[in-house]
Amino acid sequence: MAEHILDAHELDVDEIRIPRENWFESSETLQKLRKNKKFPTIWCAGCGNGIVMGSLIRAIEHLGLSNDEVALVSGIGCAGRMPVYMDFNTLHTNHGRALAFATGLKIARPDMKVIAIMGDGDALAIGGNHFIHAARRNIGITSIVINNAIYGMTGGQYSPTTPIGKQATTAPYGNIEPSFPLCELAIAAGATYVARSTVYHVLELDKYIEAAIRKDGFSLVEAVSYCHTTYGRLNKFGTAPEMMRDLKKNSISKAAYEKLSAKRQAGNSKIVRGVLHVNDEREEFTKLCRKLTEQAQGGGRQ
Amino acid sequence: MAVSLMQGNEAIGWGALAAGCRFFAGYPITPSTEIAEMLSRELPKVGGTFIQMEDEIASMAAIIGASVGGLKAMTATSGPGFSLMQENLGYAAMTEVPCVIVNVQRLGPSTGRATAGSQGDVMQARWGTHGDHPIIAISPTSVRQSFDLTIKAFNLSEQYRTPVILLTEAIIGHMREPVDLPEFETLEVVERVVTSSPDEYVPFSNEMGDVPPLAGFGQGYRYHITGLFHDQMGFPTQRLDEINPWLERVNNKLNNHLDEIVMVEEDIQEDATVAIVAYGASARSARHALKVARSQGHRASMLTLLTIWPFPEVQVEKLGERVERVIVPEMNLGQLALEVERMVGRRKVVRVNRADGEMVTPQMILDAIEG
Amino acid sequence: MISSLADRIEISLVGKGGQGMILAGMILAEAASIYDHKNTVQTQTYGPEARGGASKSEVVISSGEIDHPEVINADILVALSQEACDKYSPGMKEDSLSILDEENIDCTPATPFVRVPITRLALETTGRVITANTVALGVLVGLTEVVSRQSIEKAVLARAPRGTRQLNRSALLKGFEAAEALKMHT
Repeated sequence: MAEHILDAHELDVDEIRIPRENWFESSETLQKLRKNKKFPTIWCAGCGNGIVMGSLIRAIEHLGLSNDEVALVSGIGCAGRMPVYMDFNTLHTNHGRALAFATGLKIARPDMKVIAIMGDGDALAIGGNHFIHAARRNIGITSIVINNAIYGMTGGQYSPTTPIGKQATTAPYGNIEPSFPLCELAIAAGATYVARSTVYHVLELDKYIEAAIRKDGFSLVEAVSYCHTTYGRLNKFGTAPEMMRDLKKNSISKAAYEKLSAKRQAGNSKIVRGVLHVNDEREEFTKLCRKLTEQAQGGGRQ
Repeated sequence: MAVSLMQGNEAIGWGALAAGCRFFAGYPITPSTEIAEMLSRELPKVGGTFIQMEDEIASMAAIIGASVGGLKAMTATSGPGFSLMQENLGYAAMTEVPCVIVNVQRLGPSTGRATAGSQGDVMQARWGTHGDHPIIAISPTSVRQSFDLTIKAFNLSEQYRTPVILLTEAIIGHMREPVDLPEFETLEVVERVVTSSPDEYVPFSNEMGDVPPLAGFGQGYRYHITGLFHDQMGFPTQRLDEINPWLERVNNKLNNHLDEIVMVEEDIQEDATVAIVAYGASARSARHALKVARSQGHRASMLTLLTIWPFPEVQVEKLGERVERVIVPEMNLGQLALEVERMVGRRKVVRVNRADGEMVTPQMILDAIEG
Repeated sequence: MISSLADRIEISLVGKGGQGMILAGMILAEAASIYDHKNTVQTQTYGPEARGGASKSEVVISSGEIDHPEVINADILVALSQEACDKYSPGMKEDSLSILDEENIDCTPATPFVRVPITRLALETTGRVITANTVALGVLVGLTEVVSRQSIEKAVLARAPRGTRQLNRSALLKGFEAAEALKMHT
């Protein structure tokens, strides 16, 4: 805990607007969880998914959203199981398709906050096409991608974000495929808010998820996590706490990164955390749909 | 309204609008594209939304998402796209989300002949997605029926919380016939009604008859929807005492209401020794052949199947008992004939098939009638 | 004959993709159904090409119910291209009539036919090759009266793009005229 707070102090004090005591003690937070759903979760002890779930709940609570106005949509994989524990309108769909389902839902209910929770295989491999097109449309969906660089639920096969050379059950000689840079892909495709942090940097996650939900258009928060059960074991990265510490050690804030010399930036292999992209110019898709409808009905410009 | 010369595909678009469809997601594919084009023009005028998705997988997903959000939703495609939709179609069946899928069949397999008609997706419509599941598929034989059966598709979908496939083909879809559509206000349209309060709501109840009511998202009924086997609240379950009642209810929810779902047109001659069982475009060729045969003194009956799935078992079985031979013309190598054979016995069935993209000709059927 | 049910009339309009024969079929079908109040079905066959390739539009007209929607043995064929003529003229009824575009087609069908310089007449009358389909409709109706002249004129004008009504009308009248000349001649 001490380390955790220390790390949070790297942030601007102004940026931490959520009173910390509310995060952990507030009963309102607990009310975002489903009373009629049996806990514990399906996740392994020490998994980062619960941390992301906590951040999501605190962000929603801090935004003052009622449970009714939030829809959580997910695909398949460990991350896909998150919505079932939370007391919102929850839609657990097929592998890779969360954003496609969410697109229909957002158009039907533009008043709702639609949040899609995905894993790296979910969002980037089987669902990669939906991901880039949702970003291109700038539809008002908040994407949270928990990136643990592996297919955890199926037992540790390499994913589009597994680093080169790392072991996976389907890469017994080491992975030879380069990884997909998730945030850069989203920015290039047209997302209007893109941020990245890790499950170690919980305060950042809280803040970024809140900002992403508040953002009108297509937003992405990449939550870098780990899978100690498969990826960690195969690559001898140790226990969950050890992998958690590695996230701290192997990441750098965007502010610190920008202070590096060009040469050191080029040689950087650490995870860059921060708000990587904001675009306030692009209009959100369902708002454009509304305009088109008004135009077709003769109310707008012809 | 007024008489206009209309394409089958366009009539499907009007039928959707009349049924209250307010969301369409699709991907361009011949020979279904006219439906998307028509609805991209007309949906915004009634406050609805048209969206062209990145592929058919996404299109199917988006209509389910929109339906969960409370809108009546439809997609339209043809063979290759229908193949891509199968996984999400199974999701709609599993989660009991109403939606309408139009498949304007073209000649397959694979890319096949994009502009040629076919009835090659009959079995795929029944068993295309994995696992046992209920499905309704209906097939129009004319432009006017394309309109009527699209409304019926939406009504059945809402009433039974199930995906409904409108199985047409390039022939009926591209054919133009004069139609005088009725005023939409005069038509019977099924709407969703939720009677219980949010606190009492059980989204997948087995205790409210065969079909529990569906509440849209964002209306105070917070619950979970998943493609996993789920309990009555929608939460994933591995318990066999929860899975089995679900299986029983969902797979019987159509069987218990066949009188409302199964639609056939009967043209029976009491002393007929031969009968035709046909559907879609082939029913048009068959009716022509029937008239010629009767004018030549043959005694023959005909059963036109508007509902393909669930298969009209009772009607076909009864017909089979009255005749010596049952002719089944199809624009495929014999698909629904398998079902007819199951009901009347293999030895009675005469298959008349072609799978080259052209219609079964009246002459082929007449030859079969003449034996 | 299997296609001779009641007063069923089967018409094939064939050409190359882009010559407007599918539109001609639609206009003929509208004349028959909307203005002449007859049962009508129009179908079409085309390849993957938007331009070029053989394209066929079929119209079946009857005062009775039309079941089989496609042409079985055509009563009337209008052909604007050689390939289309070769492909579709076999299978015509014995007492049928083929109307062939004189300059584009030199095949000789086994069934009765007339040659009319449809494309040239279009060019001379309107200056636009694209109006050949309207001239063809004029010849077809002028020779066969399969729909009334008033009805085909209404249908042509209803489909004519803004600013081309007069153009299409003169193309249609030219077709009627050519038909009259042929009748006088024979």
